[in-house]
Amino acid sequence: MKGYSTFSLIRNALGGHRFWKPVWRTPEPKDSYDVVIIGAGGQGLATAYYLARKYGIKNIAVLEKGFIGGGNTGRNTQVTRSNYFWPQSSAFFDHSLKLYETLSLDLNFNVMLSQRGVLNLVHSHHEFEGLRRWANAIRINGVDTDIVTAAEVKEIVPLINMNSRFPVHGGSIQRRGGISRHDAVVWAYARAADAHGVDIIQQCEVMEFAISNGKVTGVETTLGKISANQVSIAVAGHTGVLAGKAGFRVPITSMGLQAMVSEPIKPCLDTMLTSPVIHMYVSQSDRGEIVLGGGADVYTSYAQRGGIPLLEENVAALLELIPAFSRLRLMRQWSGIVDITPDTTPIMGMTPVQNLYISGGWGTGGYKAIPAGGDTMAYTIANDEPHSLITDFGLDRFERGVLIDEGAASGVSH
Amino acid sequence: MKQPYRIAEGGRIDRSQPLNFVFNGKTYQGYSGDTLASALLANGVRVVNRSFKFHRPRGILSAGVEEPNALLGVDYGRGMLPIVRATLMPLIDGLRAETQGCFPSVNFDFMRVLDYTRPLWPAGFYNKVFKWPSWHVYEWAIRQAAGLGRLPDGTDNARYRHMNAHCDVLIIGTGPAGLAAALKVARAGDDVLVVEQDVEQGGSLLYDSVKIDGQSPDEWRAGAIAELQACDNVRMMLSATVVGYYDHNVLTIHDRSAAYRHENAVETFWRVRAGRVVLATGAIEQPLMFGNNDLPGIMLAGSMHQYASRYAVHCGRRIVGVVNNDLGWHSIVALHDAGVEIAAIIDMRDAVNEQLIDRARQLDIDVHVGAIPICARGSGAVKKLEYRDSSGRDKVVDCDAIAVSGGLNPTVHLYSQAGGKLRYDEELACFRPHECRQQVAIVGAANGEFATADTYNIAPRKRSPAKTNAQWIDFLHDVTASDIELAVRENFLSVEHLKRYTTVGMGVDQGKTSNLNALTLFGELTGRRPGEVGTTTFRPMFMPVTMGAIAGNHLGDFYAPAKLLPAHDWHAARGAVFDDYGGWKRPAYYGDDREECIIRETLLVRESVGLLDASPLGKIEVKGPDAAEFLNRIYVNTVPTLKPGKIRYGLMLDENGVVIDDGVFIRLADEHFLVNTTSGHADRIAAWLEEWHQCEWPDLDLVLSPVTAQWAVLTVAGPKARAVLQSLPGIIDLSTENLPHMSFASGTFDDGSVYRIQRVSFTGEQSYELSVPADRATEFFDRVWQAGEPYGMDLFGAESQMILRLEKGFLHVGADTDGSTNPLDIGFGRIVANKKGDFIGARSLKRAEDQRTDRRQLIGFEITGGEETVFAGAHIVTGNGAGRRSEGFVTSACISPTLGKTIGLGLLEGGQGRKGQTIQLYDDGKVVSAKIVDACFYDPDGERMRG
Amino acid sequence: MLRIPCPHCGTRDEVEFHWHGDAHVIRPGPEVSDAEWSDYLFNQNNPKGLHYERWCHTFGCGQWFNVARDTVTHEIHAVYRMGESPPDIDQ
Ligand SMILES: Cc1cc2nc3c(=O)[nH]c(=O)nc-3n(C[C@H](O)[C@H](O)[C@H](O)COP(=O)(O)OP(=O)(O)OC[C@H]3O[C@@H](n4cnc5c(N)ncnc54)[C@H](O)[C@@H]3O)c2cc1C
Ligand SMILES: [Zn+2]
Repeated sequence: MKGYSTFSLIRNALGGHRFWKPVWRTPEPKDSYDVVIIGAGGQGLATAYYLARKYGIKNIAVLEKGFIGGGNTGRNTQVTRSNYFWPQSSAFFDHSLKLYETLSLDLNFNVMLSQRGVLNLVHSHHEFEGLRRWANAIRINGVDTDIVTAAEVKEIVPLINMNSRFPVHGGSIQRRGGISRHDAVVWAYARAADAHGVDIIQQCEVMEFAISNGKVTGVETTLGKISANQVSIAVAGHTGVLAGKAGFRVPITSMGLQAMVSEPIKPCLDTMLTSPVIHMYVSQSDRGEIVLGGGADVYTSYAQRGGIPLLEENVAALLELIPAFSRLRLMRQWSGIVDITPDTTPIMGMTPVQNLYISGGWGTGGYKAIPAGGDTMAYTIANDEPHSLITDFGLDRFERGVLIDEGAASGVSH
Repeated sequence: MKQPYRIAEGGRIDRSQPLNFVFNGKTYQGYSGDTLASALLANGVRVVNRSFKFHRPRGILSAGVEEPNALLGVDYGRGMLPIVRATLMPLIDGLRAETQGCFPSVNFDFMRVLDYTRPLWPAGFYNKVFKWPSWHVYEWAIRQAAGLGRLPDGTDNARYRHMNAHCDVLIIGTGPAGLAAALKVARAGDDVLVVEQDVEQGGSLLYDSVKIDGQSPDEWRAGAIAELQACDNVRMMLSATVVGYYDHNVLTIHDRSAAYRHENAVETFWRVRAGRVVLATGAIEQPLMFGNNDLPGIMLAGSMHQYASRYAVHCGRRIVGVVNNDLGWHSIVALHDAGVEIAAIIDMRDAVNEQLIDRARQLDIDVHVGAIPICARGSGAVKKLEYRDSSGRDKVVDCDAIAVSGGLNPTVHLYSQAGGKLRYDEELACFRPHECRQQVAIVGAANGEFATADTYNIAPRKRSPAKTNAQWIDFLHDVTASDIELAVRENFLSVEHLKRYTTVGMGVDQGKTSNLNALTLFGELTGRRPGEVGTTTFRPMFMPVTMGAIAGNHLGDFYAPAKLLPAHDWHAARGAVFDDYGGWKRPAYYGDDREECIIRETLLVRESVGLLDASPLGKIEVKGPDAAEFLNRIYVNTVPTLKPGKIRYGLMLDENGVVIDDGVFIRLADEHFLVNTTSGHADRIAAWLEEWHQCEWPDLDLVLSPVTAQWAVLTVAGPKARAVLQSLPGIIDLSTENLPHMSFASGTFDDGSVYRIQRVSFTGEQSYELSVPADRATEFFDRVWQAGEPYGMDLFGAESQMILRLEKGFLHVGADTDGSTNPLDIGFGRIVANKKGDFIGARSLKRAEDQRTDRRQLIGFEITGGEETVFAGAHIVTGNGAGRRSEGFVTSACISPTLGKTIGLGLLEGGQGRKGQTIQLYDDGKVVSAKIVDACFYDPDGERMRG
Repeated sequence: MLRIPCPHCGTRDEVEFHWHGDAHVIRPGPEVSDAEWSDYLFNQNNPKGLHYERWCHTFGCGQWFNVARDTVTHEIHAVYRMGESPPDIDQ
């Protein structure tokens, strides 16, 4: 990808910015595609991009019921890390982080990856044992992580209250972890996919599947029928709805996950801070807003509306850890529909329907997985077989009882 | 001190109460009843802030919540609070205010250089550049530049609280529409709550002169308020903003009525459950788009009117009015009436109601119909306005302020939060409420009823043809009309994309003065009507809310309150160091040096006798004819064969076959059981048993009763345990013959108090758990303590208990098991095989996966010789370097005080078949060797605990 | 915030309750296949729209009951006791 540089910015500035090209086209849907991907979130767009770029498939459409990046990708809190307990997870998420590390240059679009570290706190001696188990696993998995003492935590986050209800005993930090800019990631992939000929069709909702002899042949959309040799579902919170339409059930509950931001202030929090016990995580965006979130809501919802209990809980958790924020004002709260699996590991790969693929169950943590999710799903679709990094993430693991319970192992989400 | 722009008479300020305040180091004076904004204007302060991105000088634009510019640091005793809206901040004596986004001063800011190089920083510029070598190189500078204010120093001395309210009708807003609605429902006898964010009720009545029901606004307002105040069924709140509208008609209010105090400030966050809601939230006047329309001195016409008549402040000496609707005329004529010179009225419409023109002529005001504002000029503040008259000639008019009226926009934020849909009204050129599923009505200006069609006559919103100077759309985020053009050129065609790409409407004002202009222009540029473009969804908060208020008092001790032992103080007095264990504060050990204490306490129990407070032990009674059958379905172990008075150890699984809890269960009588759970899981297991009973097996006849908190439990353990307890007057015969290991008895002490005693051991020593009524815990600790004195008994805490059980190889669920451990993994294969009948999780254990012999299974290990030791959390590895692989991990480990070597438990792939093997333990880069041994390290035959 | 009408106590805030997924799930016996067992264990109806679900008034009467709730609007159409069959809801 080319076109964006300091030079082009200056040249365009002199020309009154009249000559910038559209970031993507607004194509009319064709009758038929080789591959149709449902959902123009980060996952769907990255899949389309890698399919076109790495596997030379040119006739691809991404169908989006709303607008590009309007799902969870465009409303998430942007935590990017790869410190996972299980080797399969570590390998997958570290592949993702590595792709993120060069993404701005690869896609010629600044996704503002800000590796300011992800710091996990522990609050008791016994939690420290759990932390050690987790940190050792991560290291053995070949991913960076450091255990830090309470004093070091204080140095990294000077505003922290060491003697909160759950005193800070220490923590671990993945320094390569951090945040990036969600809209930029989606737009970068959309622009790159479009440049490789992918048709991204917005305001086009998939209503039904055309399936014959156990094989998918196309989709019925609000803009009409579109046939396809292969179809991939990448609709996050709506995975259950679409799987139902394709005739199979999935172990997914769709829950609201809320996030909130304060008014923007001058830099005062340099790291992404999370505490599994004081169930909250917080960072400061480049704009200066304090961005915080916590656990998902406790009942299913497709509403995308925030509520009161978690608002109060998350803010109290934040102030318990960082009392200095009490006089800041909270500006906005919102919510997305996250697709939660029993073991908090995604569901990727094949489905009971031939030529129909799935990338879902991302739950509270699929943003960091966008590059790797796209890369491995592209392989999977191109070869009709799961990529080696995702063989353990298949839907069949539930029937076999082979769960990859990251939550149970590390107690950390997002 | 003089206030050069103060009008000599009138207004709702109290001239007898002058107040001093400081702005950017300079002292000024205002009056009680002023806002910070009105006081600054009274003193002729024009530039109050610098803009977010380009550091352009900015002045006060409005008189209310919509203010995008006058966001200042304000200190009135609670520290320098950032981003305070000067337009809402009541003036307080001694208040200090400052501009936070400038360097070195508000009148001269180096960062203005960004404005002079503005073409380099269009919308989304950061997406295009700063990629090489990496974003980190640039990010620091961007971060420094961002932020509208600074975090206040020092501790927060305010108090915050939560309050709850219910009402039949919640009325939001007390302008004429709100008050009228309140009167109506109050007279009908409904329970009414009337909320107003201003310091007085009245809304536009506080400054407008239009008569209501033949009365002056003041008279009508006073009458309405008096009637409401006299009603028992009406509650009224002031300085309280409804900020969130949630599901099922629950709303939140940020109540600042006690916030503006030097000391003892209180902010309250209310949750209101309303039967019905009436939104009377009014409408917000919109600015107009022309060159340099952000210069200080350019203000909303209605706000100027408000400053003049409510605060007795002129916003300029010579004002030009620029309008596109009839209501704008109304404001400007009012300004004239208040004594300001109106240099001209520039009306962008082609035709204007003759009456308006006649009136202006009578007042000697220059009127230019069909004229278009081109560009404002001035450095620091506005000096003149260039406009194009109806014949196309460019003209200039001198002025020191411009009153703009771009028409009104209903305040529908809460309606939208409630899930209400909006509809674009072509005639009123704004979005109006359409339909909503919640019980909500919207009245007055908020519903678009600001005027009848023939007294409004708004012209379509249009950008001025000014080319050379930026036309500002979003003052707060410095978004210009060209940014919108750029977004369209780059094909960001959804409103959400527009918002995210240009950041229009994403500031702390949520676009209250920018969204409508942006949408209209966006529509124009993409050939769509605003209705087709749509709006973005409004989200809480309507106004940003102090985070302290949202948290309320749920902090410190009230944040996840800890459960305290019934004899907490008794332990504290004996040197207990408390730690958190599954929600309980329990003594970890007694004394100063952690290591030393733990070793001492461990040896004490092994060699003599120790006393432990085991009160958090989960206790659930199960009673009824089907109690045994029920528990048989719950436990992996067989239940019905247990005899009354006997105790059995059991495991509980979830349906996926994973071990979730363990502990003993006791048959108190044929149809009566006591289930012990681990202390951290007591509540969860009680709820879980209820769930199974109520939802799956309601036909089983039994009741469940959690009694954890009813009984205090004193565990006496060690070779002399029996001797100690036997000396308690009235206790039963504790001999092994009468009360063998794993049996139970109950009785009454001499003083008539009941007790239960169970002989079980989590330490491997002779051990009794004595349960007494929790409210008498301290008394019984004293008694047992005295009984133990002759035997050298002392206290032991949770940490030495952990070591004692580890030496014995007893499992600690949650530490030695994880979210995938099944009973086969921990050596319960035989028990599972022998179990008759179904139980929770049984089916899962039949899966091939659960039967695999290379699963992670529980092992014991020891490290003999050398100084080497290991901690829980180390991994059991093969290979090294990049080829290192984890086969499992150490789940518990310690240097055994009893055995003098490191011992531990772990989960290891195929561990059950690997006894005797040497394993490598990896921790933090270091590797030590250990040997797999039986998972019971001490007294494997259990003679000590049975003896 | 949901206001849930407990059939035993009346209407209370959502924070007093716990949600527990699909109502009317039939627990299979131990003889079923792995596929049937995992369907029971893991799969969810998770509909967009009307959902028959189980709730418990944990911090109240402690009773379990069924709720017919719309997962998009959060409207509660009906509450009914454990063991009762789902009412027909006209949407
Ligand atoms: C508040 C919040 C915070 C989060 N924080 C983090 C975090 O810090 N780190 C992290 O890694 N992850 C986080 N996540 C999770 C992360 O956002 C998601 O896992 C990730 O964005 C999923 O990407 P996706 O492309 O699969 O889904 P989405 O971005 O949701 O895209 C799915 C798209 O499918 C479309 N769609 C749905 N149904 C149809 C249909 N029938 N036809 C056509 N289109 C359809 C939707 O409109 C949507 O655009 C967070 C999520 C939320 C809600
Ligand atoms: Zn109840």
